[in-house]
Amino acid sequence: MSHLEPPDEAPAGDARDDWSRIRLHIVTGKGGAGKTTVASALALTVASLGKRVLLVEVEGRQGLAQAFDVAPLGTGEERLVRVSGGGEVWGLAVEAKAALIEYLSIFYHLGSAGGVLEKLGAIDFATTIAPGVRDVLRIGKVYEAVGRRDSSGAHAYDVAVLDAPPTGRVSSFLNVNEEVAELAKVGPIRNQADSITRMLHSELCVVHIVTLLEEMPIQESIEAVAELRERGLPLGAVIVNQARDALVDADAAGRLLAGDVDLDALSAHLETLGVRDGGQSVQALLTQTRGHVERLALEDDQLAALDDLGLPVYVLPHVLDPTGASSVRELAQVLADEAVWG
Amino acid sequence: MSDTTRGRPGSPERGTRAGRSTRPERPRSPGSAPAVEEPTLEIDALIDDPSTRVVVCCGSGGVGKTTTAAALALRAATRGRRVAVMTIDPARRLAQALGLVHLDNTPRAVPGITADGAGSLDAMMLDMKRTFDEVVQAHATPEKAAQILANPFYIALSSSFAGTQEYMAMEKLGQLHEQRLPDGRPRWDLIVVDTPPSRSALDFLDAPQRLGSFLDGRFIRLLIAPAKAGGRAYLKVVSTGMSIARSALGKVLGTQLLDDVQTLVAALDTMFGGFRERADVTYALLQQSGTAFLVVSSPERDALREAGYFVERLQADDMPLAGVVVNRLVRAAGTPLDPAEALREVERLEQDAASEGAGPAGERDVLAGMLRVHAATAHTAARHLEAADRFARRHPGVPMCIVPMAAVDVHDLDGLREIGDALAAGGRA
Repeated sequence: MSHLEPPDEAPAGDARDDWSRIRLHIVTGKGGAGKTTVASALALTVASLGKRVLLVEVEGRQGLAQAFDVAPLGTGEERLVRVSGGGEVWGLAVEAKAALIEYLSIFYHLGSAGGVLEKLGAIDFATTIAPGVRDVLRIGKVYEAVGRRDSSGAHAYDVAVLDAPPTGRVSSFLNVNEEVAELAKVGPIRNQADSITRMLHSELCVVHIVTLLEEMPIQESIEAVAELRERGLPLGAVIVNQARDALVDADAAGRLLAGDVDLDALSAHLETLGVRDGGQSVQALLTQTRGHVERLALEDDQLAALDDLGLPVYVLPHVLDPTGASSVRELAQVLADEAVWG
Repeated sequence: MSDTTRGRPGSPERGTRAGRSTRPERPRSPGSAPAVEEPTLEIDALIDDPSTRVVVCCGSGGVGKTTTAAALALRAATRGRRVAVMTIDPARRLAQALGLVHLDNTPRAVPGITADGAGSLDAMMLDMKRTFDEVVQAHATPEKAAQILANPFYIALSSSFAGTQEYMAMEKLGQLHEQRLPDGRPRWDLIVVDTPPSRSALDFLDAPQRLGSFLDGRFIRLLIAPAKAGGRAYLKVVSTGMSIARSALGKVLGTQLLDDVQTLVAALDTMFGGFRERADVTYALLQQSGTAFLVVSSPERDALREAGYFVERLQADDMPLAGVVVNRLVRAAGTPLDPAEALREVERLEQDAASEGAGPAGERDVLAGMLRVHAATAHTAARHLEAADRFARRHPGVPMCIVPMAAVDVHDLDGLREIGDALAAGGRA
């Protein structure tokens, strides 16, 4: 796929459920839901299919370096990991100022004039002037990377994964065209915004939403889906992060909640494990286990609330160290098994 | 972050304030607070102290700032203070619980509060654009204000400039702080503010200045009136640079945009004094001893690292840091049962089940469930405690308050009261 035209007809619903042709995955979610971890896992999943993947962050957090346990990223693209089968994940931390300077030097051959601009505060001015301009510069870099070709004419990266701003800000971030329309009516920024918008609405792009099974993140995800739909952006999946495993058998869970358990038998069993405290441990453990069962029931309700969205829902398990590099690998495996890769 | 931080002059006492006490006698069980000697943040002492006039809840996204702010405000009100809580973007059900149905920038009484004596609770949700418009209207003639409000660049700036929300949160805080009752007393004796869901907690402190320095920036000055910017010799260099800059930016951004900016800045020029002054006054208010910063975090490593940056920044700027609230910390059941032993027993039970086939399970399934949950909970509890502990080691002397994970998500006043109780217990519960 080299053209960036919107598809003639949308797939069933508006969800892109075959990801094999997707060239840009955009990952958003409520703050704290694990966007960066999931974006990293997704990049690793795609790389495990033998692809060369560029993973991009735009918020200056150095989250990718943490997720892959490498030194903070500089301004260039750096390889984060190479997987068996030839796939690679490259990382890029996009910064609007650097993007503008690069942009000016490519398009205007500014040379040393770039330094003058910087000195006069013009670069600061242009990158802080309005969020629309800053966003065009940041997504513009992703757009450039997706379209870039090497000397043989092949795509420099097969796929890009964008760790996007959180749900509260993502639709204005992706809605660059409208954001700059009022401000920049003509000129390269405007043209760039138009090209980016075409790419974002094409069949090469999907937006995924990462959520936790808690009330606020779920609510925010549902609102984000509605907002993204309204703007005609192509939706991918809802990716549920940190879903708890059911650790109690269903029948046992029912009896626990009903209080229908044999305390003496439990106490006696704990004694065989050396716990003799007159039933205190049994009570404490029962309370803790009921808490788990109730939490799971709440999570099930929240999961059910996602049903009406008409999007595929992928559930990632609770991992032991949610932000560590090993979890990224674990989650990548789950995504590889769950999602549809054509 | 490193050991050198600890050697900083004045630290760690610097920047901390009322509401702390050292409790070396606190019991240390595996389910208890971090093992490092850190003072406990005494929430009730903080909110009962009449000299505490402003509490700012800050922290990165998704850590429970809004809930903490609301719970704290409710508790202070029920303990007799006249409280206003300003939220930025509350979850819908929490907003409903607080009676926040209008986005009208005015604090209104929260329904269903029964407070002791003089206590009361008003809540409001920040309307950023409206606050900005009001600032403009307050500082410009009606004609000029109308001209500014219609400028396309102003519209972008006031509704989406990164930092406007933070700036306006501060502005609104300053306004609420100045409101008086007819008898001259402050309308509220305690204002609790939630901060915007910034990329980084530091944005709340930096953004207002960023907006100010942007509007008052060198390039903008040069753009409006190059002749004012310096002496003659300098002028020549600058104007050459400026014409390059103007033409390059004009090409990239479009000259219309530069013209809009120029018009706006020229119109705003007369109010810059007032603008900056207000920002400075509010910033100074934040530095006063009547203000207390509460840094809110989840018990995860990344969130606590972010909280650490914020704490260091507050200390470096001599901001009154009250302490850190570590939200939703998981604790394991109080039992001598070793989690590793529990897991081994689960394996034995599963083997029994496999070998006995479909025979009577007795309480085996319940027991296996209990043991699995215990092992998993103990693991998470240990990770949370480790993260909190590491924070305490790196930031000695910073009072901490630990709020255990609640069984359900908070969305009503009762839920907020429970969080308030947990905040007051500070991790000793």
